[in-house]
Amino acid sequence: MSFLLFQISFVAYFLATAAYIVFFITQKKHVRHIARTIFFTAAILHTANIIARYVEAGHTPITSIHETISFFAWSIAWCYLSFRWRYTVKNFGTFASIMVLVLMLIASLASREIMPLPPTMQSWLLPVHASIAIVADAFLALAAIGGGMYLLQERELKQKRFGYFFSRLPSLEALDKLNQHCISIGFPLMTLGMFTGYIWAKQIWGGRDWHWDPKIIWSMVTWFLYAGLMHQRFTLGWRGRRAALMTIIAFGAVLLTLWFQLKGVHNYGV
Amino acid sequence: MGCDSIVLLGVNHKTTPLAVREKLALSGGYEGPLARLQQLKGLNEYYLLSTCNRVEVLFTCRDPRQMRREVLDLLFAGQVSREEVANCIYMHENEDAVHHLFMVASSLDSMIVGEAQILGQLKEAFQHASEQKTSGLILNKLLHKSFSVAKRVRTETRIGASAVSISYAAVELGRKIFGELKGKRVMLIGAGEMAELAAEHLLGQGIKKVVVANRTLARAMKLAKRFNGTAVGLDELVEQLLNVDIIISSTGAADLILFKKDVASIMRGRRNQPLFFIDIAVPRDLDPKINELDNVYLYDIDDLNNVVEINREQRDKEAIKARRIVEEETLKFGHWLDSMEVTPTIVELRTAAESICRTELAKTLPRLNGLDPNEKKSIEKMASSIVGKMLHHPMLYLKSDHPCSNREDRISTVRSLFQLDESNSSDKK
Repeated sequence: MSFLLFQISFVAYFLATAAYIVFFITQKKHVRHIARTIFFTAAILHTANIIARYVEAGHTPITSIHETISFFAWSIAWCYLSFRWRYTVKNFGTFASIMVLVLMLIASLASREIMPLPPTMQSWLLPVHASIAIVADAFLALAAIGGGMYLLQERELKQKRFGYFFSRLPSLEALDKLNQHCISIGFPLMTLGMFTGYIWAKQIWGGRDWHWDPKIIWSMVTWFLYAGLMHQRFTLGWRGRRAALMTIIAFGAVLLTLWFQLKGVHNYGV
Repeated sequence: MGCDSIVLLGVNHKTTPLAVREKLALSGGYEGPLARLQQLKGLNEYYLLSTCNRVEVLFTCRDPRQMRREVLDLLFAGQVSREEVANCIYMHENEDAVHHLFMVASSLDSMIVGEAQILGQLKEAFQHASEQKTSGLILNKLLHKSFSVAKRVRTETRIGASAVSISYAAVELGRKIFGELKGKRVMLIGAGEMAELAAEHLLGQGIKKVVVANRTLARAMKLAKRFNGTAVGLDELVEQLLNVDIIISSTGAADLILFKKDVASIMRGRRNQPLFFIDIAVPRDLDPKINELDNVYLYDIDDLNNVVEINREQRDKEAIKARRIVEEETLKFGHWLDSMEVTPTIVELRTAAESICRTELAKTLPRLNGLDPNEKKSIEKMASSIVGKMLHHPMLYLKSDHPCSNREDRISTVRSLFQLDESNSSDKK
């Protein structure tokens, strides 16, 4: 059941992305409307897929690589939809849907076997810690997408050669606001995610030596990068190109951390 | 009347440095100078135009040399020495004057070719002249013609596109940087026509505040008043950058007035809020290196033109087309002026005929008894229509533009045929 739902939502994301790209090229409003509708449908199907998998597995489906990446894609889709409600950023949907599609593709390539949960993972903290951390990552991913769009647009404006993207990308101000908005939600969530992880680790390991593994080190590095960025923005008014660049670099660290999480300590299941 | 010359005296941005132009500009409005010109008995008709880039006076008179001296002394005495005025003033007569006026009206003589504001200024100037009744038959016709020439140039060529494009591009780029322009603050450095135009365009987009910085504070205040803004001196420029978002610079300065280090020094104080510089001055006012700073965007006039993809070549082509229209219209107006030359003869011919008609009627009517007023009127009407019909062909002959016979010959033929000169001289006896 969950398998079928995953396939359907994958196809729906694919169609939505295709429609968004068509809109990006033609800039016809009715195409955007179609793309939005398909994307929204895909996100709902994806939600159904995750619920179905929860029922089938009997635990929160954020344990294997497939599950984690699928959940990451799902979070991005809903984070995007959540603030699309509040304000529109021109053509942001195209970039966000591409990102979701790529993650879905990776998830579909990973093993979809449902693993029995090892005893250490059986805790109420699993859904709390994992979902908070991944939703945080989703906001940071959107910030990074916005950062990339900012750099593209800023380059056009600085070099004064107006190419393909100039008319299609939103204003710098809108992208900078998006960056601030996403990070000021993503960063506290990330902090909360790390805090729950810390409590959980204490529960499991108790008084044992702290595991200084790459995952934890990278989490710290990532946290400090975002903390630095937030600090600079609020004290010195860092914005624009520098902030966008930092957001992208910091998101690189997020991906690295996620990779270590999937390979390292968290992968008790394999 | 037919022998009057049309004379145009003036200074503009091409011949005269701003410093002199400022002194010559009629800052107190048109009423005073127009009234003063009334003292000059040699002037028949006249009108005045004063903008930030030009001061021009157009008049008709019999003795251009003499009147040139008198007009210049009257208008500019005390402000600038006679030699200095003589150095920068240009004088056009008759056809050249008409041509120049048409060039000005169609904005081909403007600093920014194709800007539309000059036409409005011209109309305003003419309105003052016609209110004070200083313009007459010839100037009225000439000015109205210049308006229609300007309109023709605007509709038949794309000359206006580049000027419009500058404001348009500024707004378009502003939107890409700031999202929306509502609530943003603009500073104009220098008070040129183009800056004014761009500011007007931006104001239409909901700009909150306008600051005008100018070397002479008085000019700054005048412009600021128009936009309901504030005026500052050029020495406060860097400090003012803290409070504005969009800067339009258009001073006549020969050197750069704002450097990279000046702008870099205030970015921290602005908390890195973006700054958008538009440099429409030629030569440039702003250091091109300013564009290298983060969150700062600098566009000069060529960059702006690139935005709307109107290249120089095309603009020049349009200007050629526009010039051709001006030439055409100048020629046409010349024809009208020439036809004015025959007007005295036509008038005399008509009065002579009418006086014959009146004397004959006066002789005949009393002898006819028992006529009611209606019948009397019919007879009068008949007499005048016979006169009209008889004169129709001689009139056409006078007005016609026949290549085989020149106008003077035709005039003298008609005059001797109808003995106009003799009857005149006999009247005088």
